[in-house]
Amino acid sequence: MSLTETSSKPSIREWLLTDTPTSRKHAKATVIYQAWLSFKRNPMAMIGLGILIFLVLVAALAAILAPHDPFVQDLGARLQPPLSEGYILGSDSLGRDILSRLIYGSRITLYIVTLVTILAPVVGLFVGTIAGYAGGWTDAILMRITDIFLAFPRLVLALAFVAALGAGIENAVLAISLTAWPAYARIARAETLTIRNSDYIHAVKLQGAGPLRIIIKHIWPLCVSSLVVRVTLDMAGIILAAAGLGFLGLGAQPPSPEWGAMISEGRRFILDHWWIATMPGLAIFTVSLAFNLLGDGLRDVLDPKDGAS
Amino acid sequence: MSNLLDVENLWVRFPTRSGVFDAVRGINFTLGQERLGIVGESGSGKSMTGRAILRLIRSPGMVIADKMDLEGVDLMGRTEKEMRDVRGKEISLIMQDPKFSLNPVMRVGHQISEAYRLHAKVSKSEAKRKSIEMLEAVAIRDPERVYNMYPHEVSGGMGQRIMIAMMLIPNPKIMIADEPTSALDVSVQMQVLEIMDKLVKERGMGLIFISHDLNLVSTFCDRVLIMYAGRVVETLSADKLHEAQHPYTQGLLNSLPRLDAPKDRLQVLQRDPAWANEPSVSA
Amino acid sequence: MNEISIENLNVWFGEHDERVDAVKGANLSVPKGGSFGLVGESGSGKSTILRAIMGLAPTWSGQMNVGGETLGDKRTRSFYRKVQMVFQDPYASLHPRHSVDQVLSETLSLHGFDDIETRIDKLLDDVGLGPSFRFRYPHQLSGGQRQRVAIARALAPEPEVLLLDEPTSALDVSVQAEILNLLTDLRAAHSLTYLMVSHDLAVVGHICSDVAVMQLGEVVEKLTVEDMRSMRTRHPYTKHLLESSLMAG
Repeated sequence: MSLTETSSKPSIREWLLTDTPTSRKHAKATVIYQAWLSFKRNPMAMIGLGILIFLVLVAALAAILAPHDPFVQDLGARLQPPLSEGYILGSDSLGRDILSRLIYGSRITLYIVTLVTILAPVVGLFVGTIAGYAGGWTDAILMRITDIFLAFPRLVLALAFVAALGAGIENAVLAISLTAWPAYARIARAETLTIRNSDYIHAVKLQGAGPLRIIIKHIWPLCVSSLVVRVTLDMAGIILAAAGLGFLGLGAQPPSPEWGAMISEGRRFILDHWWIATMPGLAIFTVSLAFNLLGDGLRDVLDPKDGAS
Repeated sequence: MSNLLDVENLWVRFPTRSGVFDAVRGINFTLGQERLGIVGESGSGKSMTGRAILRLIRSPGMVIADKMDLEGVDLMGRTEKEMRDVRGKEISLIMQDPKFSLNPVMRVGHQISEAYRLHAKVSKSEAKRKSIEMLEAVAIRDPERVYNMYPHEVSGGMGQRIMIAMMLIPNPKIMIADEPTSALDVSVQMQVLEIMDKLVKERGMGLIFISHDLNLVSTFCDRVLIMYAGRVVETLSADKLHEAQHPYTQGLLNSLPRLDAPKDRLQVLQRDPAWANEPSVSA
Repeated sequence: MNEISIENLNVWFGEHDERVDAVKGANLSVPKGGSFGLVGESGSGKSTILRAIMGLAPTWSGQMNVGGETLGDKRTRSFYRKVQMVFQDPYASLHPRHSVDQVLSETLSLHGFDDIETRIDKLLDDVGLGPSFRFRYPHQLSGGQRQRVAIARALAPEPEVLLLDEPTSALDVSVQAEILNLLTDLRAAHSLTYLMVSHDLAVVGHICSDVAVMQLGEVVEKLTVEDMRSMRTRHPYTKHLLESSLMAG
């Protein structure tokens, strides 16, 4: 009741909070706004989101933000410690500015994140929902294939794929996606099995809807939220796997400023020049943590099991 | 005072995003060695009242009361640890579905003995003897066999009788039954209620029977409170149900289809927003 | 001509050792425009009969003729235009992420209607909701409002037969009265045939004219509601049910 003083802009807020939307778009907007409101109440998740927005901005404005060219070597200024003249985070063994490399490296990280997000959960969603809805032989065959993929440790399988496909960032992403989808397929299948027998699915069946329509329009929207949460929580692991491949020399190739590759380069100097490996390590840590925090917050908002109230 | 329970100005409040939601808004009632029914529709605050007596409202919900005394002893000032001794031993709660109240991986007999041994320091064999006696008391025909069964092996009606046995074994002073038979079939419902009724009478306990079913409550209670929007709108002696004065109570009674008095259209309850703001009736 | 006629219907779940017979040799017939009630306790197989008619119970044998069609393994879309069902729990029968508008427009487009906009408004009007409910999501609706949406969905293809599976058992009594009145009105307005399942004899007595009593998968007695009211029953189980329900009422 004491909110009346904010009468300068109640219209948009009220419009978004109304229980009686007047059009399809309005209804969608209210749902999104309500979700945003409950997400906003989780400060840790907001920190995660903030870090990731910062990462996107840094990647977009890399050319402006970076004080040096990330590839230009200056052997006169090699192995400068942090906070030295012109090199806030120090320079590496070839005299390249670590800060600039980190800034450009954020583009690669985002590239990996985006590609994996497009590939792995989508494949998992397809396989999982089809297996769960169809049941019988289809289910058995699809799930055994999934089991085969799950039986290998992730990094080992990724290594094998990269070895077969050749080193490089795209292949690394592909390899990571190939190892990541089975977990999503499992989740999607489990969700589908419960949704399949619910009355609202029976109800659309009674309107004559076919299996494809039921899967795409009725089951997917419910699986997507738990997959989004899971992918976000997994993203830290995916970034680490990409960094691991980079570290092993199977991901991004030098002189690319990929963070894992940077750690790998710094390995030789780690005892005398700690910052070369530490700075990209901290970057990976921060972004991984941000994804975890975001994932936790999203779970509170999107997971219908807890968010019933 | 011979009152078992004395409640004055009880509130249950939940802070939410858009302000504080009051589920129960300042109700007063007393309970003697009698059967008190609390009736209302979903959202009326009847279940919250039952849970508030045991201080079982989950955080961030709050229980506030000027007075909540069990036989003259204050309940509000007790710590959570002290409340744990009250729950089960002095006041027990029976909930709607026995499926969710019984531990699925433990034999029902063990659960009853455990419940007994938690409050009474007796040997295992003594607890078992007492449990079987209790199962007999709730009209279970083959108590030895049922003692060794798992919850999924018993029917809903039997499950609820087992719950009653378990709740009665520490000999509590008050029993709160929250929709104890709503999950059961009509014919079983009667049997379970009759058993509960008999045991409560024999032991001189106080019963709070929470239900949405006005007729059922009036059959098994001495007094009835009718709750609406967190307040008590009317209190009646159960045999005078049909003399109800409040339009809400009348509306509830008239909206039920009756097998013995058919009519073409059922009366629809017209809710008056003023009901929610009327002062709560003391009971 | 009977709108629904069922002969010697058996429905079972599982095979061999695990086979559970849910319905055993049931016979029913409901004339066009009639309203028939199936009563019994949980596990008596009454809802299973509705599911078998709608094609939601996979294994059955016997003869079913509903809406002029003899039913086989598959139900055609034209069957679903004639026969619709309302589920018990309105909290479970609406997709949690679909607005009322999405539910109704999808149903209408599946049945091939063109004038979807006007039909949605009319359907909402028919079930007493009005246009302001059109873009709401299930979590913004009360139980009674949800059940009205579910009824609107069932009415969308303009069916002749409505199967009602305990349509009010999850609702408060005052809301139950509203829904029962709505069902009475709709039957008159659209000359529908009802087959209703309920455990509540008073509800069945209010809506239906004839009743079949089921116990453990079998129809033990068929009688008119008049007979039921005056306790003219032959079967002891029916008598037992009536007595318990009169005592509670």
